[in-house]
Amino acid sequence: MKILVAVKRVVDPNVRVRVRPDGQGVELTNVKMAMNPFDEIAVEEALRLKEAGKAEEVVLVSIGPAQANETLRNGLAMGADRGIHVQTDARVEPLAVAKLLKAIAVEEAADLMFLGKQAIDDDANQTGQMLAALLGWAQGTFASRVELGEGRVSVTREVDGGLQTVSLKLPAVITTDLRLNEPRYASLPNIMKAKKKPIDVRTVESLGVDISPRHTVLSVTEPPARKAGTLVASVDELLDRLRNEAGVL
Amino acid sequence: MATLLIAEHDNTNLNELTARALTAARAMQSPVTLLVAGSNCQAVAEQAAGLGGIERVLVADAPHLAQQAAEPMGALIAELAQDFQAVLAVASSTGKSVLPRAAALLDVMQVSEVTKIVSPDTFVRPIYAGNAIETIQSSDPIKVITIRSSAFEPAGQGDASAPIVAVPTPKTRHCRPLNARNWRRRTGPIWDRRASSFPGGGHSARRKHSTSSSNPSPPNSVPLSAHPAPPSTSGYAGNELQVGQTGKVVAPDLYIACGISGAIQHLAGMKDSRYIVAINKDADAPIFHVADYGLVGDLFEILPELESKL
Repeated sequence: MKILVAVKRVVDPNVRVRVRPDGQGVELTNVKMAMNPFDEIAVEEALRLKEAGKAEEVVLVSIGPAQANETLRNGLAMGADRGIHVQTDARVEPLAVAKLLKAIAVEEAADLMFLGKQAIDDDANQTGQMLAALLGWAQGTFASRVELGEGRVSVTREVDGGLQTVSLKLPAVITTDLRLNEPRYASLPNIMKAKKKPIDVRTVESLGVDISPRHTVLSVTEPPARKAGTLVASVDELLDRLRNEAGVL
Repeated sequence: MATLLIAEHDNTNLNELTARALTAARAMQSPVTLLVAGSNCQAVAEQAAGLGGIERVLVADAPHLAQQAAEPMGALIAELAQDFQAVLAVASSTGKSVLPRAAALLDVMQVSEVTKIVSPDTFVRPIYAGNAIETIQSSDPIKVITIRSSAFEPAGQGDASAPIVAVPTPKTRHCRPLNARNWRRRTGPIWDRRASSFPGGGHSARRKHSTSSSNPSPPNSVPLSAHPAPPSTSGYAGNELQVGQTGKVVAPDLYIACGISGAIQHLAGMKDSRYIVAINKDADAPIFHVADYGLVGDLFEILPELESKL
């Protein structure tokens, strides 16, 4: 069993993003970047399957600029075996990412793919589903529990009404939700070891995928700010304000 | 050309969120066709036919669509979409699973969680957990869009019922058979996104564990049921109760944030509420920057008092 995990380099989730003055995006220069938190969960789940003897190899894939190499190294330091870096400075939309990942999944003959359910930058929540469709594979989105069986994988999904368990025939695509696991921290020896693990750098052209964007970003703006309200002194004052000022009770 | 709207339902009842997505579909400036896909879902089709401003209701009724699994639904929608200029669905867990799959089969990008339709090819959507708002223009021949329902008012009922038309439901070669689908509903309060007000509880609400004992219930509210991530990741509240960037997005008239510090990931899910009340013992908590009314104090003293005075 070979598991592929897609990892994306995004703004660190603890950074408060600011819209660029030109209104064409958010400020990314000198901003701390990190692996998308959902992708860390995806890496962790793949590693746990390997450690349980259910998978032989965990391969990470990242698509992005030269610095995506750091993101791959972070995943390798967590314990993944090797990385594939599709290097491009272009803006790559989820559909193009799915096409690139498909090409790699076919090349690598992957049996299972893990992706984070969404990236915390574009919040698109679509790459995993698109990848599954392009491969013609089953999909288990928003996974909070994964159990690998013989030729099948059981995925418990977080859905609007609660939890839903699906049994998918392999190969399959799984997208990970927050409660699936708690990702490990890389130990110092593993960080050192990761420096020697192989990362195969690829070009978009070598995978034969057209990544030209379908969306044009017209503008990026700050959300309307909520003005800070007033502090009230007591429950009585709160109720009075809600009843008589806001009129919501 | 026309717009195809995917109905949100459970094979018995049409979900009210469909009417909100219909408001968005009408903004696409072309006739709206509704698709009800499921199993034994004729009742849903009849309810849907009463909505105002739809031209017809397509019904895809087959056993393999009973759970609205993404694999057959994606293939069905991709096939039907050839005759439409746009496909819309609510950004629910079903819509979010199904629609990107259909988009990929159509070789188009999806526009996720749209909060405003500027024109039939230009859309507004939040990015970075709502910390930036993006306006994008799509060059795809078919627009595939999920709708953030809290940003749209529900469409009303129509004067006459729209015609109901059955469509074939081919089995797909795109997916492999699934089995053993089953549901497990969490015990405890299942929330209702349409409620006009409700309280949210944060990590500190765990201290006394039983949140329901300190449960204020304003009129038209649901029980204490909206939690940002920490309580739900720590296992004491279900995922379906999570509000935020990765959970649900709500915009009630009144949101009472109890013991919630105000992390950006949580604010993403509730900051469009009309009135926000924050109760927190930390006077410096960021939640007070977005709250209309703030009350500094211990929620375990304040909530019982609030409840007794309502």
